[in-house]
Amino acid sequence: MSAKKSNDAFWWTLFGGGGALSAMFVPALLFLTTLATPLGWVEAPSYANVAAVLLHPLTRLFALGLISLSFFHWAHRFRFTLYDGLQLKHLNALIAVLCYGGAIAGSLVAAYVLW
Amino acid sequence: METKTGYTLHHPKWHREDKPIFWWVKRWVYIGFIFRELTSVAIAYFAILMILAYRALQSGPEAYAELMGCLSHPAMIVINVLALGAALYHSITWFNLSPKAMVVRLGNWRVPDIMIAGGNYAGWLFISAVITAAYILG
Repeated sequence: MSAKKSNDAFWWTLFGGGGALSAMFVPALLFLTTLATPLGWVEAPSYANVAAVLLHPLTRLFALGLISLSFFHWAHRFRFTLYDGLQLKHLNALIAVLCYGGAIAGSLVAAYVLW
Repeated sequence: METKTGYTLHHPKWHREDKPIFWWVKRWVYIGFIFRELTSVAIAYFAILMILAYRALQSGPEAYAELMGCLSHPAMIVINVLALGAALYHSITWFNLSPKAMVVRLGNWRVPDIMIAGGNYAGWLFISAVITAAYILG
């Protein structure tokens, strides 16, 4: 990716932010909620406690940032995977619109659901 | 490829070999590269799960219990094992690359790569520990 001319610093910043944030937070959250709890390795926290923590305004703000930047991280990487991996250079504009557009749409849905 | 062209009637065409679609299966490093890029699908999947969790949470205890019930389905367990594997691969490759993306200088001294990567790993460990503690205690 670095070999590519990086005139799209804006998208790259969103990609980088999402990459860093998700690298830090996703494995633990994914492991606890989707594996450790369903498999009975740890006890699920009560609904009341989960709601109290996750619905707190600051948590919501953070969650929206994590969700949105994660989408933009995906958009950037997926775009170049299609572009380089599948050699779809002739569809460059369409792929970019679909990927970044998808990330924008996902962020709007997240903002709507979270508030 | 910057070309300084004046007026030329017949600009030569660069010779380019056609690259097959699956050029990247020939070497392990290429496969690793494509796999690393595809870990972003798992990250997007996580983002969607979070939206679903928030929606369920706001609908009430029943909806939340139903969502958690879905996660016990064997197919979901398989999907989530794959997603976790991809997320871990993303984290590790990300932190290993972090010194390349972030060059820190203190005066004339350049902070060594291993300290930057190490700092990232330490942060990861700390955040994961805090999340785990909060989850188990709460």
